Amino acid sequence: MSTFVLLTVTGLGLGAMYFLVASGLSLIYGLMGVLNFAHGAFITLGAYAAWWSTTKVAASYEVELALATAFGLAAGAALGALVELVFIRPLYRRPVEQVLVTVGLALALGALVFGVFGADPKLFELPDWVVDTTSVLGASIPNDRFLEIGAAALVLGGLVALLRLTRIGLVIRAGVENRAMVQALGIDVGRAFTFVFALGGALAALAGVLSGVYYGSVDPARGTSLLIFAFIVVVIGGFGSIGGSAVAAVSVGLVQQYANYYAADWLDWSGAGDVAVMLLLAGVLLLRPEGFAPKVAH
Amino acid sequence: MRLRAYLLPLALLGLLAALPLLPLDAPRLLPGPLDSPGTLQLLALCLAFAGVALSYDLLFGFTGLLSFGHALYFALGVYLPAIALTRWGWGLPAALALLAAVALAVPLALGAVSLRVRGIAFAMVTLAFAQAGNVIVQTNPGGLTGGEEGIVLEVDPLPDALVGVVNTRNLYWLALAYAAAVFLVARVAVGSSAGHVWRAIRENERRVEVLGLRPYPYKLLAFVLAGFLAAWGGFVWLLLVGVTPEVTTATFTLTLLVMVVLGGAGTRFGALLGGFLYTLLDYRLRALSGEERIHELPDVVRVPLSEPLFLLGALFVAVVFFVPGGLASVPARARLLLRRRAAGEAAS
Amino acid sequence: MTAAPALAVSGLHVHLGESHVLQGVSLAAAQGRVTALLGRNGVGKTTTLRALLGLVPRTRGTVEIAGEDVTRLPTHQIVRRGVGYVPEDRDVFAGLTVEENLRLAERRGGRARYELVYDLFPELEKRRSQKAGTLSGGQQQMLAIGRALLNENELLLVDEPTKGLAPLLVSEVAAALERAAGMATILLVEQNLGVVQRVAQDVVVLDGGRVVHEGPARELLGDRERVHELLGVHGARRR
Repeated sequence: MSTFVLLTVTGLGLGAMYFLVASGLSLIYGLMGVLNFAHGAFITLGAYAAWWSTTKVAASYEVELALATAFGLAAGAALGALVELVFIRPLYRRPVEQVLVTVGLALALGALVFGVFGADPKLFELPDWVVDTTSVLGASIPNDRFLEIGAAALVLGGLVALLRLTRIGLVIRAGVENRAMVQALGIDVGRAFTFVFALGGALAALAGVLSGVYYGSVDPARGTSLLIFAFIVVVIGGFGSIGGSAVAAVSVGLVQQYANYYAADWLDWSGAGDVAVMLLLAGVLLLRPEGFAPKVAH
Repeated sequence: MRLRAYLLPLALLGLLAALPLLPLDAPRLLPGPLDSPGTLQLLALCLAFAGVALSYDLLFGFTGLLSFGHALYFALGVYLPAIALTRWGWGLPAALALLAAVALAVPLALGAVSLRVRGIAFAMVTLAFAQAGNVIVQTNPGGLTGGEEGIVLEVDPLPDALVGVVNTRNLYWLALAYAAAVFLVARVAVGSSAGHVWRAIRENERRVEVLGLRPYPYKLLAFVLAGFLAAWGGFVWLLLVGVTPEVTTATFTLTLLVMVVLGGAGTRFGALLGGFLYTLLDYRLRALSGEERIHELPDVVRVPLSEPLFLLGALFVAVVFFVPGGLASVPARARLLLRRRAAGEAAS
Repeated sequence: MTAAPALAVSGLHVHLGESHVLQGVSLAAAQGRVTALLGRNGVGKTTTLRALLGLVPRTRGTVEIAGEDVTRLPTHQIVRRGVGYVPEDRDVFAGLTVEENLRLAERRGGRARYELVYDLFPELEKRRSQKAGTLSGGQQQMLAIGRALLNENELLLVDEPTKGLAPLLVSEVAAALERAAGMATILLVEQNLGVVQRVAQDVVVLDGGRVVHEGPARELLGDRERVHELLGVHGARRR
């Protein structure tokens, strides 16, 4: 029982990070039709920016973590906005080229991080209470899991409020349905494009920082490995749907954890969790190929 | 016209086949004289990737199928013979027969499944399958794949002519034969009636359906053919380089996409050129980054210059922006420009 | 005062894929009047409206609104010059409520005329918080028209507003157009010649991507043979 609880909370913690990455990807794809491969670079760069800022500030671990998170978020948002303005915007009406450019950026930025920071993981220094465990239903849960789950829940609430209650949210929801008509109403949809890229960049960076907390370190390959699972979450959850992304992220995180533990036990093979997720994706797509079609942001 | 169409490829083939016999030197561009093993190995790799890039172009450029899982089939050709030869102690003919069967069966099965969806969903399913392959390789089930370390290939079952540095020349010819074979197969396939349907699917799949054709079997044919051809490229890589898990990664598939777009998607020579040039640049830039002069540069310049993937990624972005048809489109563009200029002069 | 026409298009060319859809369309919509854009299916009427707005790329030609060249402006800036657009397939946002659809059309610095819209279409006020996707076709058309009338637009581009509607609704839409005509210049694409006769003063006929006839609406609609020749349909009364 205690193992099951630990697996569940850990799965939710992973799902939380997947959700943070996937929600931005999903909004970007839903609104602009761009599958953003550079999103992995947003994750990695956000995490490294946060780590770098801790080396420049001497304060208590709590303050450092808070500052690093803020700095990472700002860096992610700035990078996202920059990518949209400089690389995506000039290729408007050339969707294939837009995707190709994000592929090129993903390779180039990934290599740049590797060149600047090296291949070795950088350690995140964390407050003791983050590393400590709390007993829940007999299971010792590392406290960082609650941090990840709490952050993702806040972001989910914030995104829903943004989409429901604000003008830009209204524009995004309408744009996901039909962006040409949004323009025909006199709205500069390009500003919404930059906004979702900046938002996606910030959320990806947050995922990067939290992954640093979860693993205790950050390495150059972090972005790519999170990105692949986030892609899967987006496809399962439906492009442009925040609620769908949340449900799919939790499912993927849980399936991965359960399969990893229970299947690995009798298969004597540690790859079971990841492969189970790939099979889940293939199964979902094949059972309802139109399942991800509803392009409505909710 | 017909003669000319054959003349150019044949002349190129002849020239490439004669290269190992020429003691020419091209400093900067190549690591050593043309007939040195180091240079021949690099050129052999370039040729192998020219072929693999063309196999990917059959999917992406000619049929319009954006797959993110092509690395999987290449990796089949690397891992399967290595496992059969090294772990199971099979002979070479048996290992190759196995590869031929599996390199047809796996793309047939996975293609049949992934082609039930289209567009981005198709890209994602292929990515997921390839990623599953990556996980399998990395986690070393039953000690078969060797995980991070890969496999040290057992060379005893291989013919002597393919083993050892002195025989690099033979490997070069093998790689050339592979590239030429892919070119030939691609030429026949694209020119066939199925090839016409592929291009129609790329332009407008709905219209193909309206004409009463089912796109599905044609797409599956392209998928299986491309996967099969890529697997043999993997085998050539195995003989040239050995087994490393990096050939199973999503990044590896992305580099194939980069090669094809760089050279010119949907053109045979473009894909070959893209694969060849990308590989050459990748290796030469890596060598360059180790040079003394680079180390003395300030960090802001040195770091980007010492990351080949950064430079190649940046080059790729530049090509997408400024040369939409890839390198293969450059002659046509230049001709168009000259003709316009001539027309402008005539008018004034 | 001889004001510039509300809308003037000259030499407009549009290529969509390999087909040359508009081959030099020139037309003008006179200030305060309703100009009907007519023609058989597929001659480029909808493309003309979309090209005016910059929603499809133009190969050549100029577009002037109230004497000002807007050819190079992006869609949203053209629209902000006081253009309302009612697209062919209504294109209301299905996942948004009626009220959200209208709110989206609000423009900064402008007055949103909700009372006018709800007065024209009381049905919309009753269904304010209903998702637009759950409205009937007729109600969606009212929403699409209401959205274009919410702002004090000088020019309305209206694409087949009565397509697929029941006769009673056609008459309601025509009445709304008549009322809108008192407030703005209208360029109207319409297949229903009864509606054209009721609301339009001028007609422009397209064929094969070119303008083949221009003149007063009454003159053309009164000439049944000419109507048959240009539009392939019989006179207005036969419908």
